[in-house]
Amino acid sequence: MSEAVLEMKDVVKSYGDNTVLNGVSFQVRRGETKIIIGGSGSGKSTLLKLAMGLERPDEGQILIEGTDITKLRERDLAQVRIKIGMIFQESALFDSMTVRDNVAYQLNEIGTDEEEVEQRVRQNLGFVGLEDAIDKFPSELSGGMKRRVAIARALAGEPDIMFYDEPTAGLDPITSRKINQLIITLRDLKGVTAVFVTHRMRDAFTLASQYAENSNGAVEFHHEGQLLCIANTRFLMLRDGKVIFEGPDELIRRSDDEYIRRFLA
Amino acid sequence: MPFTPKAAVKEVQDLSFLVARAFLGFFRRPFYFRDILEQMDKIGVGSVVVVMLTGFFTGSVLTLQSASSLSAFGAKGLTGRLVAVSMVRELGPVLAALMLAGRVGSGIASELGSMIVTEQINAMRALGTDPIKKLVVPRVIATTTMLPLLTVIANTIGLMGGLFVAVYVLGINGTVYLSSAWDGLTYTDMLGGLLKPLVFGASVAIVGCHCGLRTHGGTQGVGQSTTQSVVAASVLILFFNLILTRVIWPPS
Repeated sequence: MSEAVLEMKDVVKSYGDNTVLNGVSFQVRRGETKIIIGGSGSGKSTLLKLAMGLERPDEGQILIEGTDITKLRERDLAQVRIKIGMIFQESALFDSMTVRDNVAYQLNEIGTDEEEVEQRVRQNLGFVGLEDAIDKFPSELSGGMKRRVAIARALAGEPDIMFYDEPTAGLDPITSRKINQLIITLRDLKGVTAVFVTHRMRDAFTLASQYAENSNGAVEFHHEGQLLCIANTRFLMLRDGKVIFEGPDELIRRSDDEYIRRFLA
Repeated sequence: MPFTPKAAVKEVQDLSFLVARAFLGFFRRPFYFRDILEQMDKIGVGSVVVVMLTGFFTGSVLTLQSASSLSAFGAKGLTGRLVAVSMVRELGPVLAALMLAGRVGSGIASELGSMIVTEQINAMRALGTDPIKKLVVPRVIATTTMLPLLTVIANTIGLMGGLFVAVYVLGINGTVYLSSAWDGLTYTDMLGGLLKPLVFGASVAIVGCHCGLRTHGGTQGVGQSTTQSVVAASVLILFFNLILTRVIWPPS
């Protein structure tokens, strides 16, 4: 819990006259999950796209494991991006490929041998509970299944950090809980560093209050209760392109900021 | 977007960047041979029937029209020559290319456009792939290599169609038709007739990719890009045709 995997320093980004991010700075340390909350249009998704190098900031620095990606060329950015697993809002699966080829995509790109690809695809699909769907096309899957395949695809490349862009958007509560539990499992049992963007406080508090435990090979989920405190998950709240809160869930619940109180209510 | 000089310059600039990046992509690893073959199959083999039909009807109608004009001068025997030269120099390359602009250019633009709208292009970049190399280069290579072959097919079928009409409708001797066709063609005609589709093919693919990749604004945007790609590619084909004709067959 010391080294920063992702660090932003005074990042400014605008589209035309619209300033989306106005001097955002924060750090995500190894093993930490940063929950970024904010209303629609507060720049949450833009933040992830910048961190991924899909777009460039107007000002400021973005460091991934110490490398400033704002000055890298597109060709070198590819090397940084493979360290990051990204879950897009609408899953963004390649609809011309089967689930197998989707999950295997990155491995095939770097020329992993077939046997290992097949094994890792099955292992990752097994983790998200979708081994049966391996030969299906994305159009045959439900929204929740697509989201899980997207998680498997991102995991296949063994990323150092995961970005979730509203992974539960448009899903029913039960499916949302499944997705959240996958994310909690990754955090607690595999030590995955993550940035989780959402505007649903319910999801955010689930992540901040539940933890996963391995009991005899089965994953169990528990609520932190009164005694424990999950220390690896922290909130960051954006409003009008600025960070207005940073800290653990206990503090955000007690915040007396008018906007935050309205957001939580 | 309103049409302003500034927007037009920006458009040309973006297009040039895409051409440059695609060109560099030919020489830098990784190479996507499988994607190239796949696209060649889709673009080349998939367009054979439509190109054959185009060639057949064009050749036939050209024979009908030119025979009636030529017979006014008592030169009906030269019909084969006129058809062959027109097909190989102009109609084969241009019509095959226009068909490809409609069938392939629009397909490329809508496919890439949908991938932009559903963030698949961003997902691809996120997984460490350069979409130019993975998507643009294979399509440009496939279209550029396949169109000359398709043009040859269109020309051949066009001459066949012409022969059919000449013999069975106009009562011209088949040997006369074919030998005058053969005599009329020069090597310049054949090489020029192959150079044209090379340029046209590259234009169709580049314009299709460009229109697809700059899609914005959801499904409606995809429709717009598709339309734009067909219009722009068709106009470019006709424009380059004029230039190339002037260069390859300078007026004496």
